[in-house]
Amino acid sequence: MSPLVAVDSLTKLFPVKRRVFALRVRHYVHAVDGVSFAVEEGEIFGLVGESGCGKTTTGKLLVKLLEPTSGRIVLEGQDITRLRRGPALRAFRRKVQMIFQDPYESLNPRFTVFDTIAEPLWIHGVRSLAEREARVAEILAQVGLTPPETFMFRYPHELSGGQRQRVAIARAMVVHPKFVVADEPTSMLDVSIRAGIMDLLLGLRQELGVSYLYITHDLAVARYMCDRLAVMYLGKIVEVGPTEEVLQNPLHPYTQALIAAVPVPDPTYTRAPPEIKGDVVAAVNPPPQCRFLPRCPRAQDLCRTAPHPPLVEHRDHGVACYLAGHG
Amino acid sequence: MAVESRVRLEPLWRVRARLFLRSFRRNWALFWESRIGPLGLGIILLFVLMMVAHPILMATVWDPRVYDPIVGFDPDLVGKHPAPPSPAHPLGTDPIGRDVLSQLMWSTRSEFALGVTAALITVTIGTLIGAVCAYFGGIVDAIFMRIADLVMLFPFIALLMVLRSVIHLDLVRLALVMGVFSGFGGITLTLKAQALTVKVKPYIEAAKVAGGSAFHIIRRHIIPNILPLSFLYMMFSVTGAVFTEAVLSYFGLLDIRMSWGIMIHTAESAGYLGAFGQYWWLWAPPGVAITLLCFAFYLVGRGLETLVNPRLRKR
Repeated sequence: MSPLVAVDSLTKLFPVKRRVFALRVRHYVHAVDGVSFAVEEGEIFGLVGESGCGKTTTGKLLVKLLEPTSGRIVLEGQDITRLRRGPALRAFRRKVQMIFQDPYESLNPRFTVFDTIAEPLWIHGVRSLAEREARVAEILAQVGLTPPETFMFRYPHELSGGQRQRVAIARAMVVHPKFVVADEPTSMLDVSIRAGIMDLLLGLRQELGVSYLYITHDLAVARYMCDRLAVMYLGKIVEVGPTEEVLQNPLHPYTQALIAAVPVPDPTYTRAPPEIKGDVVAAVNPPPQCRFLPRCPRAQDLCRTAPHPPLVEHRDHGVACYLAGHG
Repeated sequence: MAVESRVRLEPLWRVRARLFLRSFRRNWALFWESRIGPLGLGIILLFVLMMVAHPILMATVWDPRVYDPIVGFDPDLVGKHPAPPSPAHPLGTDPIGRDVLSQLMWSTRSEFALGVTAALITVTIGTLIGAVCAYFGGIVDAIFMRIADLVMLFPFIALLMVLRSVIHLDLVRLALVMGVFSGFGGITLTLKAQALTVKVKPYIEAAKVAGGSAFHIIRRHIIPNILPLSFLYMMFSVTGAVFTEAVLSYFGLLDIRMSWGIMIHTAESAGYLGAFGQYWWLWAPPGVAITLLCFAFYLVGRGLETLVNPRLRKR
């Protein structure tokens, strides 16, 4: 069976203007660089990595908030990369939705909860007010804002962060999408309410049969949410596989370092000094070698001469490293 | 559906009306706290009162033959015009025997009409251009911004003088010309800057993901969020329009029968401005009125600023 969403060597370059009167753009930020993965129907596919590694850009490319420089995105067997306008784009907009990171900024302060959630319905041609009201009430109940009539005509500033994020989820889900890009939906929320939002997203997968691309920098969140996981570093996927497999048996030195950095709830635990050093380098015109080379503790001569390693898969577990052996 | 029957407790328009009323009350409280805002509003109300009182006075106690602001003449004071204030003429008479107070009150109406019309046109154009430029950017933005630069550097009064020799400049046309001209000017820069801060909000992206067209996003998200600032600039635009009218009338460039500017013009052309202070009732009332009305709209604008810009609030 073909996957719900297939991404093939997706690339997004952002031009950098160094001089005001530069005639030609000479420098590019390689935000997303040849990324390929597939999301199956009903699956939660995690995208983890540190800030600036291209997770959010990948998410925005998938919902067509950004146009890719090259590469292909295929949804349900249909190539949607070059979709620009018309009924096909409209149909795509109904199938694919996004949940944003910051619930304080993703809701229009002048819209009531009803206005916000009913907006996609209006855009997709639900003109009957009674129907919109019924659907908004229904989805509000589904995201746990009950009774719906007490929430419908409140403004965002009258809601808590968790309630706002529930409204944002309701806005994404009200058109019954097939695929939702969730861009760190819990990172701006209090720890105490994160689990509630994550359980809500898991429950909605069951009820509505939706698949997620779940973007996060938190491995614990990824472990709780995701069926499969891709680890990104500077615009490249360095490791991909089933969540437990990747977390229990990390092959790439970067993944290993990420896992080693997870806090351990034990006051007597002393952490081994981190293996990787330095900071993430800027992704402006990166050299052709392995992206992780400047920070890699195990770099060999091969790594310094060969181009960025390809993602080699072995029993669902892929890794982009010349030295990682599939044991 | 079970939920359906419980949701519609009252019709949607009543919910919206209630929400509007609630936010209006909250904003009014903030406006009231600003102190200068209500003061300005009070002065404006005073002028409104003058405007309303004039036709009533004309119909009751003032004889139209004597007190008409344009063709009136007081035969009892022949040879004494311009006469100083007296019980019959609280602000005296002008060089051709017309009552100054009557002129002052009568002109209020046209000042309001001119100021508000010009400001409305300015702000409507400025808001639309600002929102469109911010949303689309690129060539559209570049074109309108260069037009704005041009308009800001253009000698507007000189343009009106030239225009006057071509077309008949009455009050309505002046309001239109001023409104359109300044609508393309500096106000677009300010409103575009505001629209740019709205454009980068994630709720705009959310609306795009939901499938909203550019028109939909500009109309439903960007314009409502810059409208408070537009309203604020409307107050300042009124001031500009009243000022320009006064200047043009003073030079006798407008085809208006009576206005505050024309009252000063009458005094000047009859040679009564030379002896400063001697014929004060000819120039002081319209001068004070122009200043006070402009001041009042400015104060209301400053009062509204505390609503639009939360950083100016005391708490």
